[in-house]
Amino acid sequence: MAFRPDHELHRRRFGRNLGLLAVLAAFVALVFGLTVVKVSNGHPMQAFDHVVRPELARGGGS
Amino acid sequence: MTDIRVSAVGEPEASFGDYVALLKPRVMSLVVFTAAVGLLAAPVSLHPVEALAAILFVALGAGASGALNMWWDADIDAAMRRTRSRPVPAGRVAPGEAMAIGLALSGIAVVMLGLAANWFAAGFLAFTIFFYVVVYTMWLKRATPQNIVIGGAAGAFPPMVGWACATGGVAVEAVAMFLVIFMWTPPHFWALALFTKGDYAAAGVPMLNVTHGRRATRNHILGYTLALAPVAIGAAFTGIGGPLYLAVALVLNAVFVAGAVRVWRRSDADSEADGHLAERRFFRFSLSYLFLHFGAILAETALAPFGLGGW
Repeated sequence: MAFRPDHELHRRRFGRNLGLLAVLAAFVALVFGLTVVKVSNGHPMQAFDHVVRPELARGGGS
Repeated sequence: MTDIRVSAVGEPEASFGDYVALLKPRVMSLVVFTAAVGLLAAPVSLHPVEALAAILFVALGAGASGALNMWWDADIDAAMRRTRSRPVPAGRVAPGEAMAIGLALSGIAVVMLGLAANWFAAGFLAFTIFFYVVVYTMWLKRATPQNIVIGGAAGAFPPMVGWACATGGVAVEAVAMFLVIFMWTPPHFWALALFTKGDYAAAGVPMLNVTHGRRATRNHILGYTLALAPVAIGAAFTGIGGPLYLAVALVLNAVFVAGAVRVWRRSDADSEADGHLAERRFFRFSLSYLFLHFGAILAETALAPFGLGGW
């Protein structure tokens, strides 16, 4: 069984998908870079799950 | 398979480039430049990655408003030669799709700017998008011949957003940068309208040259250019200025005012005779005018560490 040759539309859709892949990869890299910078600069941040948050306890925290 | 056959003979399918065109990349490049100058000229410095992310998300917000503008203005774009081949009027991107992309990217840009820089800057970006899309595109563009003046405000916000990314607020320097772009926009666009005259009339947009005539447009160009000069030169005496900026601003404003006087003195017969030469030159110079002013602000900032920038 022979493969049908690609239609021009397939090539255009492939180009579009490739473009979207590049945009998403760049976005992921940017968010990762931002996270590294924010964490290493010691910006005030707090995890809200599975961690003790003393200020929520009655009379606790600062 | 059916959908491919339908697309092949029916409506044309968008390429990746069409989605990029939806974001008005040329407008985005100006936004990137002016927002970057606003951010870099601020007295507080951001980490380079934060600064890069902030500029990218401001640009994304500008692109999102461009997509929403193309969605709303598809009827106008279809009637004008200059904009007829844009993705929505050409039928390559559906209007609803343009709207969805615009809204989604607006949300992403604002939230990500808040996380990358601060929430004041993010709120400012949201306001800028609202101003451009709702106040300018939906409301005033079709309602008043002063539409360009109002639209100019939306285009003038990016350096203030850039400044807000770094400082978390607004200062006289940020307002000075805003005023330079705000006052520059009317003469820039009215010069363009003078040599693309038929188009706006066909689209039914109340451009000043359509509603009040070309003589009034020439008067307005001169008036705004004369009002712009003290604003642009005055910025030299704020925190972003210095001797270099002052020298650049003096020369550029002298040339710009001379160009505006030339445009003002001409009649329509003169203009037709030489193919709107003076108007075209004035328009081209207006691009360099803005680029060099902001370039000079950037140069003052870059020279500061060597004790050369500023007063």
